[in-house]
Amino acid sequence: MLKLEARPQPSKFWGIGSPLLALVFTVIIGVAIFMLMGKDPVKGLLVFFWEPIKSGYALSELAVKATPLAIIALGLAVCFRSNVWNIGAEGQFVLGAITAGGVALLADASTGPWIIPLILLAGVLGGMFWAAIAALLRDRFNANEILVTLMLVYVADLVLSYLVYGPWKDPNGFNFPQTKTFEKATQIPKLFAGTRINIGLLIALFGVAGMWIYMFRTYGGFQLQVGGLAPAAARYAGFSSRRALWTALLVSGGAAGLAGALEVAGPIGQLTPYVPAGYGFAAIIVAFVGRLNPIGIVFSAILMSMFYIGGELAQSRLGLPKSLTGVFQGLLLFTLLACDTLIAYRVVWKSGSIKSGAK
Amino acid sequence: MEQYALLIAATLNAGTVLSIAALGLLINERSGIVNLGAEGMMLCAAIAGFAAVVHTGNDWVGFGAGMLAGGVLAAIFGYLVIWLNTNQFATGLALTLFGAGFSAFAGVKYVQEKLPERSSFSIPGLSDIPLLGTALFKQHPMVYFAMALTAFIIWFLFKTRSGLVLRSIGESPEAAHSLGYPVRRIRLAAVVVGGMLCGLAGAYLSIIYTPLWVEGMVSGKGWIALALTTFATWRPLRVLFGAYLFGGVTMLQFHLQGQGVEIASQFLSMTPYIATIVVLALISRNPALIRINMPASIGKPFYPGS
Amino acid sequence: MSETTPLRLEVKSVSKRYPSVVANDDVNLLVAPGEIHAVLGENGAGKSTLMKIIYGAVKPDTGEVLFNGKPTHVRNPQEARALGISMVFQHFSLFETVTVAENIWLGLDKSFTLDAVRQKAAQKAKEYGLDVEVDRPVHSLSVGERQRVEIVRALLTDPKVLILDEPTSVLTPQAVRVLFVTLRKLAATGCSILYISHKLDEIRELCTNCTVLRGGKVTGHVDPRDESNASLSRLMIGAEPPKLQHREVNTGAVGMTVHGLSIRAEDQFGVTLDNIAFAVRAGEIVGVAGVSGNGQQELLAALSGESVRAPSGSIKLFGNDISRRNPRVRRAGGLHFVPEERLGRGAVPTMALAANTLLSRAADVVGKGALGWVSPKATASLAGVIIKDFNVKAGGPDAAAKSLSGGNLQKFIVGREIGAKPKVLIVAQPTWGVDVGAAAQIRGALLKLRDEGCALLVVSEELDELFEICDRMHVIAKGRLSPSVKTSEATVEKIGEWMSGLWQTPGVIAAAAQQATGAQHA
Repeated sequence: MLKLEARPQPSKFWGIGSPLLALVFTVIIGVAIFMLMGKDPVKGLLVFFWEPIKSGYALSELAVKATPLAIIALGLAVCFRSNVWNIGAEGQFVLGAITAGGVALLADASTGPWIIPLILLAGVLGGMFWAAIAALLRDRFNANEILVTLMLVYVADLVLSYLVYGPWKDPNGFNFPQTKTFEKATQIPKLFAGTRINIGLLIALFGVAGMWIYMFRTYGGFQLQVGGLAPAAARYAGFSSRRALWTALLVSGGAAGLAGALEVAGPIGQLTPYVPAGYGFAAIIVAFVGRLNPIGIVFSAILMSMFYIGGELAQSRLGLPKSLTGVFQGLLLFTLLACDTLIAYRVVWKSGSIKSGAK
Repeated sequence: MEQYALLIAATLNAGTVLSIAALGLLINERSGIVNLGAEGMMLCAAIAGFAAVVHTGNDWVGFGAGMLAGGVLAAIFGYLVIWLNTNQFATGLALTLFGAGFSAFAGVKYVQEKLPERSSFSIPGLSDIPLLGTALFKQHPMVYFAMALTAFIIWFLFKTRSGLVLRSIGESPEAAHSLGYPVRRIRLAAVVVGGMLCGLAGAYLSIIYTPLWVEGMVSGKGWIALALTTFATWRPLRVLFGAYLFGGVTMLQFHLQGQGVEIASQFLSMTPYIATIVVLALISRNPALIRINMPASIGKPFYPGS
Repeated sequence: MSETTPLRLEVKSVSKRYPSVVANDDVNLLVAPGEIHAVLGENGAGKSTLMKIIYGAVKPDTGEVLFNGKPTHVRNPQEARALGISMVFQHFSLFETVTVAENIWLGLDKSFTLDAVRQKAAQKAKEYGLDVEVDRPVHSLSVGERQRVEIVRALLTDPKVLILDEPTSVLTPQAVRVLFVTLRKLAATGCSILYISHKLDEIRELCTNCTVLRGGKVTGHVDPRDESNASLSRLMIGAEPPKLQHREVNTGAVGMTVHGLSIRAEDQFGVTLDNIAFAVRAGEIVGVAGVSGNGQQELLAALSGESVRAPSGSIKLFGNDISRRNPRVRRAGGLHFVPEERLGRGAVPTMALAANTLLSRAADVVGKGALGWVSPKATASLAGVIIKDFNVKAGGPDAAAKSLSGGNLQKFIVGREIGAKPKVLIVAQPTWGVDVGAAAQIRGALLKLRDEGCALLVVSEELDELFEICDRMHVIAKGRLSPSVKTSEATVEKIGEWMSGLWQTPGVIAAAAQQATGAQHA
């Protein structure tokens, strides 16, 4: 009989091995799904794992999608490490997109590039504001942040819908629910001509370094982590749980808002009801699969981005529903959580019966 | 007047979805487990139930399929959380994310499907009473089932030994274990029952309430049901009334939209979500109230034999 | 032992290994009917594992258990109870939110109605002179009352073997007497009692047979009535208990004063602190005795700053009001604290010892910049110093706190706080669950700190410990604090009485008088 036995020390090997094993399981289940749907599993795997990396342009598209995921996930990792459960990054992303879009709409043909920092700042503040609602309600009324942040996702989507169907609708847009296309000056500067990669990628990489230093080399980051791992120890040490709550929610809200700004003023270029693409939810998976570690998040963001691109390709090439992306994302998190058992336990073979003591 | 009777009828109907799901979640939270996967289970159950009705034409088969879907997903969640001790919040979220993706994936073929015309339900005699009959006695049997379920759960939790065992496990799994109760198996049973009821609610939503299948159609009802258990401080009767209250809020905003009120429809659509936040804040501000009623072990891992 | 009657219980060469420790190594135990049999051993000797094996909560790797001469495989506690083996746990297996009767019901195996249980429980309690109110919710009971509930529950199963795990750790000395009467009465009916303890005096007084465990092995079967504390101690720890150097007290300035400290309980599970007052001077150790659950947690949280609900002006550190300041401010003022829970409060279980220095020693290792730079080198070297100075057995500064044994982690935490050169040190349960060697070392370190001029407050439930190291003692009972008494003038009996809240203060007499007149009017 297979049994789990606690390890004296958590396994470092499985800390890294577990996400990889989870990926293997996800792929195996994926192959099964392709076969069930009567599709060639090899083709299926190719669109998910080869097409997105086979050319320079494909790689650039991979980076375009990985960037917002990584930025949001970095913020969420700070949150989850502090044991603050912000699961409404999607809402903060949308609000950041709205505030950034609002600033972008103010621009006209004569506006200079100085508007870009303002757009990004507006996005950050918008996301922070949305997260701050949850922080305030938790702080003052002890309201569970999981439910508040999640409810605010629906509210943010409706705010966006109101704006693009109502006051911000493009008067020359044939009554489509969308704003006018933003002015050229508001376009987030691109890094490489011919691709859609913009400075968001640099911001994400700075974020990775910044978060690593903050979490693992500063007293402030240490305090957040203690609050998450052992609240009683944080109280004993005198670390403020309120400060941790606000820091975590503002950082993650700001990051999600920033990602929203980079999206609308970057690849999208206008506000539409389709701005919410589920990045906020996918980033939760990115954060966990990346071990809440900034370096890990880089890799998991790329992986999740593959799932997005693979899903789109599976729809256009294989006639499979695009929602396959969501299936894979969910499966990955599920299998990861299961595989993480191996970090604290080892699997051993044990016979069930008790051997009698023969002398 | 007739339209208010209809509004009440619609409120009870809307409250039924929330109450069945929330009562299920109450059972599993009473055992000490929070399942944030409610939304995902309801979505999968909604499509499973809907598809079953499309193929068989029988609503009850549909309800069964929904319960099966909810129960199976809950069992997977339960195994991960209870035996492998994965984080309850993260695992529940995984279930919701997976459920959203999987239901959309599995439901693609059914987006255009319509269900056959069904006969309306009414209780003979009582349904002929003017106004009252329209408001209360022309409901789908599931509406009355939700009420009966509430009564049953009250009896079970507070009048039976099994209910006492369940509550005790929710308070202290360690103590229950040392007395020799199979804590993990009982918790799994509670989680599966919770999943089946969430599944029933999801199936009711797609088969009777809407009745059609749209991607993401549960639109936060699973989360509101989760919030309801807190609002109700884990009391079944309060869950039922809370569900009707939220059903009322939802119906009222539809009603106002129908009346052509001069408020953008988006703001009216926000009301259930904002109401959830407001009520949550109001109830939670008294931590003592929550602490006294909350199952003490909720959300915490339990390691037997340590 | 007579040859004619079979043994009630026989444990034959039982072994149980855990990944990092051998808990039981070829253990044998023979228990006759009606015998009170002590299982003696220090913390970590394997007593609890052995009892869990007998009670069916743990499976042995090898060996067998015979009950009334027949081999039995008890698979779970229900089967044990059905056989007639019952257990009273050290950390009670009671549910706070339900009533006494319901708790008892849960511990019996079905077949009864709740009403029948209520009656039987009341009857059994009366029979054994145990005062138990069956309809009260358990959270309103004191620890001693809870133990009585556990005992009544065990008695209702008509046990042939009753296991008690450290039953006196939660009792006043007077209540211990009452418990002994009950146990002797029960033994006289033929029930065998397994009495787990590390308290030598109690065992010599109560038990007629004794099995001693050390490091998972049996080191002796003796009749404790023929033994001395010293000889039992030699069997238990392989040596006589180390003697502490206790120098004459030489007090200096007042370090901490507490005055008018009243805090309402946050909920029904807490204790309200009522007008607590005391002072601690430099160069003395002041003890606070008391049965657990009488307000120690609340008092310590208020003193350490983990809770800042104390009325302002009620807690002063060298004359400065700190009652509403957070622990970091208090620490900067020289007040350090060793909490009762080591894992999760005194240390973050999954973090390395190096990182755990940051909890209370940030002043020594964190850079001054706005960011608060943390250098892994600095924390590791500080952890290394503590490990070396306090002889902590650990895999180095990188070892996770939870990988240490209880005694070694306690040495690390005490070392961490003492290393900060505190002016006032508060210690809760300094040696709870710690092996004898580590306990002696920790007590020695506290005394040394006292002689260097630190003011110490030690809150403990172990009276022996307080008598050993304190210069003065208070007693806490039901959220009130007694006046202090010099240890040299205190007796176990007097402190024991005080632990039930029975000390004479002008306030108490006045209140009693008022109550008396009130009763007359009614």
